Amino acid sequence: MALVIKDITKVVRGVTHIKPTSLTLDTGHFNVLLGETGAGKTSLIKMMAGLDPIAAGQIEMDGTDVTKLTTQQRRISLVHQFFVNYPHMTVYDNIASPLRVARMAKSEIEDRVQEAADILKLSPMLKRRPHELSGGQQQRCALARAIAKDSQAVFLDEPLANLDYKLREELRELLPELFAGRGAVVVYATSEPEEALLLGGKTALMIDGRVAQYGPTADLYRAPDTLTAAQIFSNPPINHAPMSKQGNTLRMGNIAWDATGDAAGLRDGEYTVAIRPNHILPNASDTATVPLTGRIGVTELSGSESSAHFDFQGHGWVSLAHGTHPYQIGEDHTFYMDAAACLYFGPDGSRAA
Amino acid sequence: MKTENQKAWFFVLPVLALVAFNALIPMMTVVNYSVQETFGNNQFFWEGLTWFEQILRSERFHAALGRQFLFTFLILIIEVPLGVAIALSMPRSGPWVSVCLVLMALPMLIPWNVVGAMWNIFALPDIGLLGYFLNHTLGIDYDMTQNPFAAWVTIITMDVWHWTSLVVLLAYAGLVSIPDAYYQAAKIDGASNWSVFRYIQLPKMKNVLTIAILLRFMDSFNIYTEPFVLTGGGPGNSTTLLSIDLVKIALGQFDLGPAAAMSLIYFAITLLVSWLFYTLMTKDDLN
Repeated sequence: MALVIKDITKVVRGVTHIKPTSLTLDTGHFNVLLGETGAGKTSLIKMMAGLDPIAAGQIEMDGTDVTKLTTQQRRISLVHQFFVNYPHMTVYDNIASPLRVARMAKSEIEDRVQEAADILKLSPMLKRRPHELSGGQQQRCALARAIAKDSQAVFLDEPLANLDYKLREELRELLPELFAGRGAVVVYATSEPEEALLLGGKTALMIDGRVAQYGPTADLYRAPDTLTAAQIFSNPPINHAPMSKQGNTLRMGNIAWDATGDAAGLRDGEYTVAIRPNHILPNASDTATVPLTGRIGVTELSGSESSAHFDFQGHGWVSLAHGTHPYQIGEDHTFYMDAAACLYFGPDGSRAA
Repeated sequence: MKTENQKAWFFVLPVLALVAFNALIPMMTVVNYSVQETFGNNQFFWEGLTWFEQILRSERFHAALGRQFLFTFLILIIEVPLGVAIALSMPRSGPWVSVCLVLMALPMLIPWNVVGAMWNIFALPDIGLLGYFLNHTLGIDYDMTQNPFAAWVTIITMDVWHWTSLVVLLAYAGLVSIPDAYYQAAKIDGASNWSVFRYIQLPKMKNVLTIAILLRFMDSFNIYTEPFVLTGGGPGNSTTLLSIDLVKIALGQFDLGPAAAMSLIYFAITLLVSWLFYTLMTKDDLN
């Protein structure tokens, strides 16, 4: 089972919303669509679901061309960011509705609804109506509806975005179990890099209506193709600044360090260096060796981590480190950068090393 | 210590006065007439329930009541499904929405007696556009001034023309309040158009349709001006609806007592049927 899209395009009133996009999405792992708001994640999902027309291209499910099929004819499920359940039906009827439409036998419907309700811990509230449920329960009901049905593809469009932190964690832990062994291609849209990393699988990085990079999620995180991709796949935002290489020396403003590893292969010239906040630490260590001094602006403490925003040669940079650190706002502080974790991008924004 | 604030009465007073003057006092006058006989000179004689008995046993009243129920039944079973069908086929967004809404609202903006006069002229067999066309072009024998069936077809058509819009507008308001997400969810579930209507659109329209049916029931049950101007209750008594008959008794024959008794019975029936409709249509919401 695979969902293959070939050069699909979306044009609205002469404006191209989705540039020709091709992807092969497999079952057995999450296929994450990661991108900022407006990058085209929802559009792409709607096109794959047949809800939005495609201007050109082809969609195949399990080797069959479904481009011309209506949404009703495709065997798919979709869970929205906001909770969509039929308001006048009970939870049971909501979960059963796609099965009833498919004219499934009554006993089979009952089994499937029970199974879905068990996994999603909805069994005690099958007789209630959606408005009598909490937000988390409503979304679980929508998820139950999506898994009760035999779908070839399940689309999850930021399903956790409207839930509070605790519920989000809880439901996210449930997700892998939900889809394990169902043989459906699971497509998960999110704007949060952490969520993509937590779900694993493969990620398609979307920028401005096209897939900028696609591959195993961890690889994408480690080796983004472009500076934009690195920026999208980083929270807090990735730090970057202009840099030049001459001989074996890398120079960023008045800071210089020796080129090692990948950077040693760079030709002399101008580059942009980018480094994630967790590779800039408040104290020197075996790996974090390059000192940078900047004036501390804002500091944040989030549980076990503390971050500091500082002005580094006119660039707003962030350091993210474990533990708490006694930063003095408005004072200069010397941070240490792990040079081995630096990414280098050429003038056109594509990665050089 | 007992504290009582009598100020509240002061605030209720305006409403009380308004209701008293436009409903209670006129109605009590009618009650007063309904139990007495008068021959002018402001002389009244106590009659008890005589007039009520007379009206309830009167075949003329039964016939008018029957016609009234038939009329209301016919316009409801035409206007409600038709109104819903039109609302369903109206665009939900784009520039045509306002065009459709204005077109729909137009008939309702025309004064009732003008509607009656318009349809009268429209349907006249020798000079009316519709009457002439039916008789002379299509060769159908149609004359609402002579033929009771033609008269009924005309008053029903007129009412449908005048008031279906109300159902359309209310149903449309119910429809546009349905978020796109429900339609998408239904599509993904594989639901047919009928299921979408039955399980999404109809439940969402239920409340507004209850209001539409109630309004159309009350309005059509009390209708006077349009059929009076159109047919004057004729030919014969064939389109004499309750209100037309009531005016004939009260102002034509000047039988104020029986007319008052009839008014109260008429009012009681309208109230009872409205209550029944409302109770039946909202009973699901209670549990």
